[in-house]
Amino acid sequence: MTAEPAALRKHEGDCAPATLTLAVDDMHCGACLRSVERAALRVPGVDTARASLAAKRLTVGYDPERADEVDLIGALDRVGFAAAPLEAANQDGGDARQKYLLRRVAVAGFAAMNIMLISIAVWSGEHGDMDPALASMFRWLSALIAMPTIVYAGEPFFVSAFSALKGRRLNMDVPISLAIILATGMSLYQTMLNTDQVYFDAAVMLLFFLLVGRYLDESLRVRARGEAQNLLSLQNGIATVIDENGTQRRVAAKSLLAGDRMLVAVGERVAADGIVVGGTGQVDQSLITGETTPAPVSAGTQVYAGTLNLTHSLEMEVTAADDATLLAEISRLMLAAEQGKARYRVLADRAARVYAPAVHALGLSTFVGWMAFGASWDTALTYAIAVLIITCPCALALAVPAVQIAAASRLFKRGVMIKVPDGLERITEIDMVVFDKTGTLTLGRPQLVGGEDIADDMLASAAALASSSHHPYSRALVSAAEARLGAIQPAVDIEETPGEGLARLTSDGQERLGSATWCGATRHKDDDPLGGEVWYRRGKNEPVCFRFADILRPDARETIAKLKRRGLGVALLSGDRDAVVIRTAREVGIADALGQLKPADKIGWLEDRAREGHRVLMVGDGLNDAPALAAAHASMSPANAADISQRAADFVFQGRSLAPVVEAIDTGCRARHLAFQNFGVAAAYNALCVPFAVAGFVTPLLAAIVMSTSSILVTLNAARLAGGKRA
Amino acid sequence: MTALAWLVPAALALGALGLGAFLWSLRTGQFDDLEGAAYRALEDDPPEEHPADEDRSEDASSQNDCPDKERR
Repeated sequence: MTAEPAALRKHEGDCAPATLTLAVDDMHCGACLRSVERAALRVPGVDTARASLAAKRLTVGYDPERADEVDLIGALDRVGFAAAPLEAANQDGGDARQKYLLRRVAVAGFAAMNIMLISIAVWSGEHGDMDPALASMFRWLSALIAMPTIVYAGEPFFVSAFSALKGRRLNMDVPISLAIILATGMSLYQTMLNTDQVYFDAAVMLLFFLLVGRYLDESLRVRARGEAQNLLSLQNGIATVIDENGTQRRVAAKSLLAGDRMLVAVGERVAADGIVVGGTGQVDQSLITGETTPAPVSAGTQVYAGTLNLTHSLEMEVTAADDATLLAEISRLMLAAEQGKARYRVLADRAARVYAPAVHALGLSTFVGWMAFGASWDTALTYAIAVLIITCPCALALAVPAVQIAAASRLFKRGVMIKVPDGLERITEIDMVVFDKTGTLTLGRPQLVGGEDIADDMLASAAALASSSHHPYSRALVSAAEARLGAIQPAVDIEETPGEGLARLTSDGQERLGSATWCGATRHKDDDPLGGEVWYRRGKNEPVCFRFADILRPDARETIAKLKRRGLGVALLSGDRDAVVIRTAREVGIADALGQLKPADKIGWLEDRAREGHRVLMVGDGLNDAPALAAAHASMSPANAADISQRAADFVFQGRSLAPVVEAIDTGCRARHLAFQNFGVAAAYNALCVPFAVAGFVTPLLAAIVMSTSSILVTLNAARLAGGKRA
Repeated sequence: MTALAWLVPAALALGALGLGAFLWSLRTGQFDDLEGAAYRALEDDPPEEHPADEDRSEDASSQNDCPDKERR
């Protein structure tokens, strides 16, 4: 793609401009669009910026000598948008194919309309007072429009049919190409002979409807692929590298090399696997192991990409992918799981496998039959063509893509993205749903619990202290305070003691926020060992305890109940400690719960279920779930999951709610139902009309009517699914 | 009857005009962002001047005011 809005160019300098496309997260409305474009244009060296709300991307034209991608990402970050560069290599292939098809849809549509205009005149004058010379001229005119259209717009089908035949296979495009080529050739011959069996209109209209189906199919694929790519690009992130001479520079995480020294600030995610070489502190590995309690790290500790740094900035040395690492093991398991999984054949292909030979057989037997009854070869061929046109899977080719695109846009409005189009078909076949715990059933972020017991002024001043810290407990404290009291004014002059807490001098003595010992509190004996706590003390007053726990998603219980009502089995598999897992399972109402599972155990469990004949929908977010997501029949992951998990999942859902799981299953089932209804409509039309076609009663007029009504009916039926408003 | 001699070409030419317009708009990227275009039409302030390179400050208007943006 070129930097198209040339009018927006401001500089006429002779620099060689470069273009860059960034995926931008959280861009929802016109105001977002404007602030993203303005923020980008404000970066020195940027000439053009054009954001796309549909694709959630920003295309920037800039002078590579004065600006680079890190400047842009930083500028967008300052106005509150996460952005990341897309890999240029695989950017626009699908987009080009989509436009290629859309151009052909337009040309075929134009031709079909004009030929129909002419054909209707011919049909209505057929047995009346129309001058035969005029009718003949009109047919020649049709031929004149149809011939180039068939060559141009039929190309995708001819190419695909040719490559199928070359590989000695039959696909749906073979009967399509045959019908179109034969119908056009035969019509041309009949036009020369000046008879009325002319099918130009049917051939072009057939092409038009088929192209619409192809286009819808491709656009769903492009959208799914684009969203997957955005997600993955956004997770690549940026890392800070320390050069040999001690200077720091920000680089894209994907350009990190083994041996690089990387600085991980507090609150940042570790961008690559590595070994800590400087600093001690605590990290949150819940995305990797499912374990919610922070783990201590010091020099020599192996830390994996995706780990959140909590207390102290760390210096790390990036290590190359090593066979002994957790990630390598996960990758091996995923590879095995994907290979073991039988290649799922999509519904439309299965239909085509039955349908294509039947169509050929029917057409051939019509031709042979009429020859045997003593008809002339051209009559027999005309009837055979009529059969091919009538049976041609116009409605069939539209039935599935139209439903799928409607289902995708319905799910998209409700915050679910389809990453793999056939996931929509696989999710309808499941009879069991398996959840991971941390980050899937729970929010994966600690929340303040029992905050109602704490006085407003205590909460406010504790939050004011906490707002300088990136620790998840501090963040939870601030957001709880903001929810209750509105905006919190951050405190100033705060001293931080790493690993202990925060302190500040005020008029009534020292304020302290941190661990129990830091605040001089005596730990309660009956403390819940599963959550965490932070203490706050002002002057000589009694310290106050804030307790934190990773709470359930607000509608987790309700969602599980809904799934059970649908007759689906529900289970919980987690890498976390047994006690926590069992308590969570009881809270949401899951009887079947297992804790302390390794990634391989999860796969083993899934394989056992598969052997028993179950088909499982896996819902998970952690790195440790990725192999299980790949192995399950269908899979979903939340948008804040580890990138390898999102790569493996069929669906990705956003927001705090778990309802999208039910919504995806529902939509999948309705889509399947509508697809079968559409097959029914198409089959009914064929059953009704094929006998007429075989008997030779089908006129060009009838062929045209039958084909367009069945296609329109199928499309309207599919559109029923797209309704409903944004969640 | 002679009317057909110019009516038919006129009909075809008009259709071809529409087709040409569509193909042109497709090629120039008019359909690239259907959602964003709806909002761009409502934008009432004049296009911003390209800022001088020394001005890197963020003014208040650049703050995002999208109603449904979820803050993390």
